[in-house]
Amino acid sequence: MAKVKLSESKINKIKEICASFGNKPGEAINVLHKVQGEFGYLPAEVQEVIAQELNVSVAQIYGIVTFYSFFTMTPKGEFPISVCMGTACYVRGAEKVLDEFKRELKIGVGQTTPDGKFSLNCLRCVGACGLAPVVLIGEKVYGRLTPDGVKDILNEYRS
Amino acid sequence: MAKFKMHLLVCGGTGCNASRSQEIAANLKSSLKDNGLENEVQVILTGCFGFCEKGPIVKVMPDNTFYTEVKPEDAIEIIMEHVVKGRKVTRLLYTDPENKQHVADSKHMGFYKKQMRIALRNCGYIDPQNIEEYIGADGYTALAKCLGEMTPEQVINEIKLSGLRGRGGGGFPTGLKWEIASKNHADQKYVVCNADEGDPGAFMDRSILEGDPHTVLEAMAINGFAIGATKGLIYIRAEYPLAINRLLVAIDQAHEYGLLGENILGSGFNFDIELRYGAGAFVCGEETALIHSMEGQRGEPTFKPPFPAQSGYNKKPTNVNNVETYANIPIIITKGANWFNKIGTEKSKGTKVFALAGQINNVGLIEVPMGITLREIIFEIGGGIKGGREFKAVQTGGPSGGCLTNKHLDTPIDYDNLIAAGSMMGSGGMVVMDETSCMVAIAKFYLEFTVEESCGKCSPCRIGNKRLHEILEKITKGNGTMEDLDTLTNLGRVIKDTALCGLGQTSPNPVLSTIENFYDEYLEHIKDKKCRAGVCKSLMQYVIDQEQCVGCTACARNCPVNAISGEKKMPHFINTELCIKCGACIEKCKFNAISIC
Repeated sequence: MAKVKLSESKINKIKEICASFGNKPGEAINVLHKVQGEFGYLPAEVQEVIAQELNVSVAQIYGIVTFYSFFTMTPKGEFPISVCMGTACYVRGAEKVLDEFKRELKIGVGQTTPDGKFSLNCLRCVGACGLAPVVLIGEKVYGRLTPDGVKDILNEYRS
Repeated sequence: MAKFKMHLLVCGGTGCNASRSQEIAANLKSSLKDNGLENEVQVILTGCFGFCEKGPIVKVMPDNTFYTEVKPEDAIEIIMEHVVKGRKVTRLLYTDPENKQHVADSKHMGFYKKQMRIALRNCGYIDPQNIEEYIGADGYTALAKCLGEMTPEQVINEIKLSGLRGRGGGGFPTGLKWEIASKNHADQKYVVCNADEGDPGAFMDRSILEGDPHTVLEAMAINGFAIGATKGLIYIRAEYPLAINRLLVAIDQAHEYGLLGENILGSGFNFDIELRYGAGAFVCGEETALIHSMEGQRGEPTFKPPFPAQSGYNKKPTNVNNVETYANIPIIITKGANWFNKIGTEKSKGTKVFALAGQINNVGLIEVPMGITLREIIFEIGGGIKGGREFKAVQTGGPSGGCLTNKHLDTPIDYDNLIAAGSMMGSGGMVVMDETSCMVAIAKFYLEFTVEESCGKCSPCRIGNKRLHEILEKITKGNGTMEDLDTLTNLGRVIKDTALCGLGQTSPNPVLSTIENFYDEYLEHIKDKKCRAGVCKSLMQYVIDQEQCVGCTACARNCPVNAISGEKKMPHFINTELCIKCGACIEKCKFNAISIC
């Protein structure tokens, strides 16, 4: 993975977030939530700073980041697409919708388009099972989606 | 609330919210203002009504008129017709699928007739962001009763007597759990609300938190009083931003009213609640894993004992209960254990909330008394199978549960009967499947989930489930042998017996129950290399019926790999070697000329 060079101001921002939680190791998950909210993802270099501030090993922070699916080490696209693969969506054809997104964007799950515009992910149940199959783009929810509708939705964001 | 003549309740649950219910509420409000009615009619954004299939919902009180699939543009008509002229907007009323008649109010809808709302009593009824509405609905009277008139022992006895069992899945008696925690002495104890609803297809906890957050706060305070804890923590998924927001608002309001914080209601009892955020790990629903996650570590379970009641969060006695369990507590205290324990079956008291989803007409959230049958739920409340197709199976209990079939339709549902049938209550997911679902593929789907979510700590779960998944993959590819079936069963049993936590001990359930109930389907995959539902792609071939095909070329034009050839107005052919079995041709054919065999 390419090395990310963190600017002084970014390092200070991370330190600030750690300090706001009292630099306590027990707050690691809250710190990671906040930092990911700030930077969009958690590259190794960011984890190193956090580990130093909380006075734990980098391995421990890395262990947490990779354990929870909410944390990511790769940057998401400008418009992150999440296809719900909960059971309700699955039995109503979510897999076909996902395949269509893959075909349209020419990327796989967990990848980002080369222009950085879209990234594709699966998630488990957003709790809107009445609208199954459901896709989230950013925070916007698209319900009762069919493979045919995928192109139109992407076009909303392409222009 | 008395000064308003009429209330317009707009569903603000996640599903309806996604269908622009906020806009509907705003349009209703502005239209009321245009007509000078803003002081007579109130618009309230409530929690979930449960009938998500036909959302967004607008309900008019006091006459219970139930408008479905409302669009923001419909707001003016509702105000001008219903509110101003007193005439119902019939085109927005729910239509009974059987007799095609409009149903005037929710009391006469099949979806609600057999329901009994205890945990969901305030969802879709009050404004969750307004503590006064909760108080107006008898909120916080249970806490006042506990603090003013009862001793902690009496509270625990009342809960024990009610027969309430944990609604998160395990079904452990709640009163007993509280009693154990109360008997362990320490300088600090904790009350934890498990709101890490990770079961895909279940959304009851989220609906309660979004629709009635104060109930959970009140119950946690009662729990704290009963076991001698002054701190409460809610462990909630970060994926539930709306629920988090409403909880934060509710906690602030409860502080302002002196219902949380120090010296609550002048009783000398202190209790405070904080939120802890999950980060997407199914195993964190298990209480020991949840506690580790709250401590900022990987959410890996540990062996019990010690139980959390002995050594939990920060090594202090901790009582963990699920959201729905808590939602039952205040009403048990106010109405009494003897009211509650008359509902339900001998060993499972009260009601259960189920998230009804899948191939069913009325998808939504329902609450029914224990002891109701699957038939009543699926065919009466759920309105039967979508598109008039045949019922095949119902999966209860999420990834840890099993698939039940026709022969179980008349079994009264409770904790023990579901386990006896090879499934479990779980948190209450209920996914209905018809003949378009392949049971082998469903078992594989669930295993995929457990393999991904296994924390990796114990080998039966980490390795065993992976092997189960590989064998299922092999069968769906058409390479299975009869020996594989035996291996699945044996390995499944070993995992159940030896895994460390609830996740591993239940993960083989979908496999074992589908082998038990759909043995024929496994046989077909293995011996005949056939998938009757047409789901397992490797076992299918697409064929164009030469007599039905009119040569419209729609299929050939839509085939992504150019596997279809033929002259215009002449029957077409599929080159099976090129075909990737994507199904695009079937969807485009207007003449039903393409079939899978």
